[in-house]
Amino acid sequence: MTRTWKALQPYTLVTPQTLVFLLFLVFPILMILIVSFWDFNGYAMTPAFTLQNYIDIFTSQVSLKTYLNTFKYVILVWFFCLAIAFPVSYFLAFHVKNQKWQIILFLLCTVPFWTSNIIRMISWVPFLGKEGLVNQLLLGLNLVQEPVQWLLFSDFAVVLGMVHLYNFFMIGPIFNSLMRIDRNLITAAEDMGASGFQILKEVILPLASSGIAIGSIFVVTLVMGEFVTVRLMGGGQSASVGKLIATQIGSLQYPLAAANAVILLAVTLILVVGILRVVDIRKEL
Amino acid sequence: MQKRSLSFYLLAIFFGLFVLFLYGPMFAIFALSLQGEEGTLTFPMRGFSFYWLGQVFQEQRVGSFVESFQRSLILGLAVVLFSLIVSVLAGLAFRNRFKGANTLFYLTISSLIVPSVLVSLGIGIVFQVLGIPTNWFTSGFGAHMTWTVPFAFLIMLGIFNRFNPAYEEAAKDMGASDGQTFWAVVFPLILPSLIGIGLLTFTLSYDEFTRTSLVSGQDNTLPLEIFGMTTNVTSPALYALGTLTTLFSFALIAIALTAFQALSKRQQQ
Repeated sequence: MTRTWKALQPYTLVTPQTLVFLLFLVFPILMILIVSFWDFNGYAMTPAFTLQNYIDIFTSQVSLKTYLNTFKYVILVWFFCLAIAFPVSYFLAFHVKNQKWQIILFLLCTVPFWTSNIIRMISWVPFLGKEGLVNQLLLGLNLVQEPVQWLLFSDFAVVLGMVHLYNFFMIGPIFNSLMRIDRNLITAAEDMGASGFQILKEVILPLASSGIAIGSIFVVTLVMGEFVTVRLMGGGQSASVGKLIATQIGSLQYPLAAANAVILLAVTLILVVGILRVVDIRKEL
Repeated sequence: MQKRSLSFYLLAIFFGLFVLFLYGPMFAIFALSLQGEEGTLTFPMRGFSFYWLGQVFQEQRVGSFVESFQRSLILGLAVVLFSLIVSVLAGLAFRNRFKGANTLFYLTISSLIVPSVLVSLGIGIVFQVLGIPTNWFTSGFGAHMTWTVPFAFLIMLGIFNRFNPAYEEAAKDMGASDGQTFWAVVFPLILPSLIGIGLLTFTLSYDEFTRTSLVSGQDNTLPLEIFGMTTNVTSPALYALGTLTTLFSFALIAIALTAFQALSKRQQQ
């Protein structure tokens, strides 16, 4: 009796979590897959098996452009997040020696993540708007003759907004992996005459790679499915797959939205697998 | 003390600019929400008053903000409670090897990295096909759990990794049952972390937008309500609402950090 309980115990304990993900993640995604083959008659979806939704997507110039535009966002946001997160984490991990300050400054970087994304997007308006601070400054300095239009409701604003929202996901993992680096390794490298740059390249970067990979996975997947920032910060021209899906659902075209979602998921998985191929993250977990 | 290098100062400046980038816009809307009645959406500030903060509670200005706030509050608390239960149980199980552990682990991770819009769409389709109307406390609750449980679970794994099993073994040697061991030994030790996780989970839920967006049904949660306002509210009342909800988040974070510190101090004694 006690033995069977011991053997069954872990399964009993993980049942709730398994159920949560089966009900709200696995089953819904299977349904997306199924519905992506269904028919749409203009106002409702009907069970069927048709490849028409996929054919529509692959033959449409608009959706092709949308996918390319999404990739553009992914690459730009990923690049800027990394370019910001690495120096910031490096500063925190290696230059701030006082542990208390290290914690405080790290928290400072993470607090905005806990606040509303929507509000954080809205708060760019007084800066980037047509009568915003940036334009007032540029006009005041006579750098431009009339307000710059592309600061808000443009691809620039979308990328800025996403970097602002998601850099936390890069800083967290990179800071974590930098903190785990044995400081003796750096002292040893210094003793052997390595320059600061060499230490960075030969010691720190390889050991931080798993953190960078985890951060990259987060940022890439977040941006792939993004539509809030694109809606709020982007102009009419700005398009992303997430926004496309949301628009299609708005007009009840569930099968088409589902087919787009399947493609989006496949592309995202390929990107994640690609990152995992380059870097082994298991030692980090 | 070692002399600080040039790179220290350069990085310190970079860090400072980054913090400015993070917080600057937020403080700008704090300031703008304190304008006088003639205030607009942009600088310079026109007057100073608490007029717009008061306007948030006037229904005609920003819609039914109080109700959506209540919904988000209730939903957040429910999500915290269930996320904690689910992840503590799973965390306990993951201390031992068992078949299928890897599968569940990767399933949990994938919930985190699946593009959010997919979760929302999927749950929406399930409810649509089953003919059940979506609602913030059913489909919305499920959508939130897919976002909060992975965070709670991953932190829980980290906590149990550092957890010294000797305490539990001692309790068991003295004849305590599994339940007694948990409530008398394990639970008090992980309590500070649970508060931290609960808080993190709450704010994740309270501010969640994308996963809820397609499945909230008739009634909006707060982030959805605010999103709706961005198109039709063009007065500083929008900023005022943003200020209030951000300060609410800040307060929660501060309370949790204080509690966390006090409790971990108590444990060291």
